[in-house]
Amino acid sequence: MAWLRKHLVLILGLLVLVYTFIPIFVVVLMSFNDPASRLIYRFDGFTLHNWANICEDPDMCSALGRSVEIGLLSTAGATVLGTLAAFALVRHEFKGRSTANLLIFLPMAAPEIVLGSSLLALFVGAGFAGQLGFWTILIAHIMFCLSFVVVTVRSRLAGMSDTLEQAAMDLYATPRQTFWRVTFPLVFPGILGAALLSFSLSFDDFIVTNLNAGQTTTFPMYVWGVAQRGVPMQVNVVGTLMFLVSIVIVVGSELNSRRRARALV
Amino acid sequence: MSQVAEAPASRDPDELADPASYDGLALRRLTKHFGAFHAVRELDLDVPRGSFFALLGPSGCGKTTTLRMAAGLETPSSGTITLAGKDITYAKPYQRPVNTVFQNYALFPHLDIYENVAFGLRRRKQKDVDAQVRDMLELVELSSQARKKPTQLSGGQQQRVALARALINSPEVLLLDEPLGALDLKLRRSMQIEIKRIQTEVGRTFIHVTHDQEEAMTMADTVAVMNAGVIEQMGAPAELYENPRSTFVANFLGQSNLIEGTVKSRAADVVTVDMHGVDVSVPASRAHTDGDQGWIGIRPEKVLIGEVGEELDAPGNTIPGGVVSDVSFVGVSTQYLVRMPWGQELQVFSQNTGRHRLFATGDEVELSWRPEYAFLLDAAQDASAGAQRMDADG
Repeated sequence: MAWLRKHLVLILGLLVLVYTFIPIFVVVLMSFNDPASRLIYRFDGFTLHNWANICEDPDMCSALGRSVEIGLLSTAGATVLGTLAAFALVRHEFKGRSTANLLIFLPMAAPEIVLGSSLLALFVGAGFAGQLGFWTILIAHIMFCLSFVVVTVRSRLAGMSDTLEQAAMDLYATPRQTFWRVTFPLVFPGILGAALLSFSLSFDDFIVTNLNAGQTTTFPMYVWGVAQRGVPMQVNVVGTLMFLVSIVIVVGSELNSRRRARALV
Repeated sequence: MSQVAEAPASRDPDELADPASYDGLALRRLTKHFGAFHAVRELDLDVPRGSFFALLGPSGCGKTTTLRMAAGLETPSSGTITLAGKDITYAKPYQRPVNTVFQNYALFPHLDIYENVAFGLRRRKQKDVDAQVRDMLELVELSSQARKKPTQLSGGQQQRVALARALINSPEVLLLDEPLGALDLKLRRSMQIEIKRIQTEVGRTFIHVTHDQEEAMTMADTVAVMNAGVIEQMGAPAELYENPRSTFVANFLGQSNLIEGTVKSRAADVVTVDMHGVDVSVPASRAHTDGDQGWIGIRPEKVLIGEVGEELDAPGNTIPGGVVSDVSFVGVSTQYLVRMPWGQELQVFSQNTGRHRLFATGDEVELSWRPEYAFLLDAAQDASAGAQRMDADG
């Protein structure tokens, strides 16, 4: 009893971890599954077949490629626009600044189904009903990533005093040099974080995408579609790969910040 | 060389140099307002080339705004700034040969010490950056820290990096904005000496903004006391201290006893003032009012204290009837508060030379001072203007 009391927090903590990691474990496990039937989701035997033949279903790979493409493009678009907006909101006094600060929050707060359907109404109303697809998805993704970028970069900028920029100007740096030599390097971690967030939001999105995709299929839409008739095991391979990529990014940035922290001792 | 910026109407324009031919920094009718608030009002100032100049004043007096206008970080509302004959009023910060040591140093956290110091040289595409940076790091004794990041250094070291980073550009004028404010007292004292040493070594014009009167007096050869956007008085530290022209300067620089008096007569070299029934004389050169009333000022350490009827070594002003109301023994000296017959308590700092016994609370004493130490100020001024509270930082 005393032993239990002493280790209760630890045990609960481990249980929570197990709880959160079981789905991922299942994904990894299933990526090595040799299924007896596509319709029964059960581990029947170990195989490397799924890993060796990722693109067995060419539809999956083309959907995956499209999702990565849209993810990268919308990340680039949202990061550039959002960073510029964040600079304007933090560094410049203008009429309606506080209203703009509030409005930028709304897309984050609005339910996706509302965003998605109103976008669809907008596209259809503007006469793009027949052209729904890659570009409308991209526009939608840039839109909903934008708020997250603005919020992330803005908080980084707000914590940075403009004395450093004044010091740079005082030391003969032109406004352009001041930006690239001082401001940008200091804000970069915020911009990078915003970009990673954008990519995962875009890659992941189903609701808004589904409403505005027309005949185009992204990876989440593909998975949703095949779920009715049996998910190919390669989906788990993709899931596992995504998980590994995120781990590499997280561990990498952790190591990097530890290295920096060590340099500061 | 000493000028007082008074109301524009009474200013004598001949006292100021012609900005076009002056080799120092000249501010003319410089004004800055933020909305309805006037931070700096029609400021006229000449800072001679190569001088160590202090702008001294309480917070909010406009000294930092003045400095930032000289740096180009703030645009004047009106007036001109001329440096070595060149009008730089509206020049961008990166276009003027002026560098700043910021209050909190503003070192670039992502660059190491070496790159922080090299920053200005690299922006101007200078040659032999390496040799110059090494020399400068040597000057501020930080050669061994070149590859560290700013946060790895102590406050005093960061301060020296900020100084090196500005000085390496050989600016015509180096601006120091409360550079020692963030340091503890002991470090501040040693940095005062260090900065003074460096100024003497490089021979550049330094303008030092501070609210610490002791710091201004120790370091600068000329001090301008600023209050509410104007310069109250300017001159060598000793001159300001010994002969203040306003109650603000009298109280802000050290402490003063200010006693009400009525002018009885004015001769060519001496003004006689009735001070609550006692005639005291003040040299005419130290009388800064034309009115019939005035504040007689005397520094506490200039006041002599003695037994009733004792012959004090101060011919002239002897004031009887004092009663000691408070005694603080501080070792080298004793500080007394003496209640005078008219009810005012005067401060007296007495050196513990052993010539006198220590007086105790309740003792009857006589005060005296040499007339040449007294000064007379305008009665219209607030006698408590500029007085620092005991808890004020400094």
